[in-house]
Amino acid sequence: MTTTAVRDRGAVGVGGLPSAWGLGLRRGALEIRQFFRQRDQVVFTFAFPVVFLFLFASIFRDDVAGAGITASQLYVPAMMAAGIMSTSFQALGISIAVEREEKVLRRLRGTPMPPTAYFLGKIWLVLFTGLLETVILLLVGTTVYDVNLPSDAGRWFDLAWIFVLGITACALLGIAISSVPTSANSASSVVVLPFLVLQFISGVYIAIGTVPDWMLTIGALFPLKWMCQGLRGVFLPESAQVLEQAGSWETGRVALVLAAWCAGGLVLCLLTFRWKDRREG
Amino acid sequence: MTAHGYDLAVRVRGLRKRYGDVTAVDGIDLGIRPGEVFGLLGPNGAGKSTTVEILQGNRDRDSGEVSVLGSDPATGTRAWRSRVGIVWQDESAPAELTVRETVRHFAGYYPRPRNPEEVIGLVGLEAKADSRIKALSGGQRRRLDVALGVIGGPDLLLLDEPTTGFDPAARRQFWSLIRALADGGTTILLTTHYLEEAEALAHRLAVVAKGRIVAEGEPGALRERYGTEALVEWTEPDGTPRRERTGTPTRTIAGLMRRFDGEIPGLAVSRPTLEDVYLRLTGQRQEDAR
Repeated sequence: MTTTAVRDRGAVGVGGLPSAWGLGLRRGALEIRQFFRQRDQVVFTFAFPVVFLFLFASIFRDDVAGAGITASQLYVPAMMAAGIMSTSFQALGISIAVEREEKVLRRLRGTPMPPTAYFLGKIWLVLFTGLLETVILLLVGTTVYDVNLPSDAGRWFDLAWIFVLGITACALLGIAISSVPTSANSASSVVVLPFLVLQFISGVYIAIGTVPDWMLTIGALFPLKWMCQGLRGVFLPESAQVLEQAGSWETGRVALVLAAWCAGGLVLCLLTFRWKDRREG
Repeated sequence: MTAHGYDLAVRVRGLRKRYGDVTAVDGIDLGIRPGEVFGLLGPNGAGKSTTVEILQGNRDRDSGEVSVLGSDPATGTRAWRSRVGIVWQDESAPAELTVRETVRHFAGYYPRPRNPEEVIGLVGLEAKADSRIKALSGGQRRRLDVALGVIGGPDLLLLDEPTTGFDPAARRQFWSLIRALADGGTTILLTTHYLEEAEALAHRLAVVAKGRIVAEGEPGALRERYGTEALVEWTEPDGTPRRERTGTPTRTIAGLMRRFDGEIPGLAVSRPTLEDVYLRLTGQRQEDAR
């Protein structure tokens, strides 16, 4: 049968072992299924950025002087960037630490599954959940807070690559930070604190004009600031560029920094990833 | 050399492993033949789990030669991993998935997996195939662990204390499962601290204590070698209790009869059970270790 032959060839790699890419897809499907079976996790993951968008954009809604936008409009791209980071960095940082403590990772290590397939599965999961999160925020932003959908194909294209590069960089950082906590109990504190700090100094909660320069400089070392900046470029009118430190959205630089974080994050993961928890040595 | 390229499924020479100041494995030698069920018996902390983890390729060793299915586990390839099945001591599988989903998914990791439905039947989980793992009992989870250990159709199965925490009925069920696998030709290395279990399942066993092998052989032979000594107890005229372990209890008693006039106070003669032998070998009954 032709169909079977084709499927088998796709699934089998070198030496009769299933290919890492194929297994990555299977793991991705499994991860997504597992994710959606934990109902409270689903609700809170998706609700968190929406609730914060509602709070900030409803509390601060005055016109921003000279920029031709309202404060509410500023919060839509900001929360979108934070949403991308929470579904990737925060979700993976905590869940992988839990999987490590519950010895799910060690069990996988004892099978012929290649490590790449595990990481690919996680990337598929966050691409899926991150896309959903972004769509939800986009709906709320356009219907409630007067943000327009990207006006041309160029801006849609910018949205797509900022999303893909940003979520990949944050996912890799999340995988890397999952090796830091010594137990699953401490994982949420270890992961949430840096994420919260970054949200304050990257222009998510507080407009960048209000944050001291030295804090912005630290924020600029990490992907979140660039994701926020790039997304403002996608959703806000040209007049809002006056609010930026550089007086423009620096789209090229955003791409450069995010791509560098993807590469650096991958190296970091490969160097630091642990399959066992520390107590096991 | 056989067609596989190795004579022994597992060959270990002079294996050593220290954790800081603690020597967990202190020069262990092992040879497990293909098709054999080998029991590694010893108390907690004897070094069994460390040994098995080194064989799994999941822990570094300090020194010694290790060959598992002809390869060094420390450099085990994916192809090698696909031939070694592992059942861990404390197991965990994704709780939100069903038994069937999990077994099917793991089958996908292997080049020539066994039929998932067949494996679910083999471990007796047909009725639970569509239950979430979180809804399984402890014994059912262990059976799922075994299913995941054998789904790849391994040549060697490493079981680390598989029945700890089982009730007696579940243990017996588990034993028949292991026997069925052994009858199918799988080489099995099993660690346990239950003597009864090693005796029931293993063709050969090694008793481990403090990182060393203190006795090795077929269970029956071990009992004969170490279990023939009797314990003779009596009380001296000054009231001191005495005990003597001897292979010739009749001769000891004849000697006592010459020293005592009439009845020997507090005389008792007992044959040690295999459990006594085991406890003595592993140094868990220090007062008897004379």
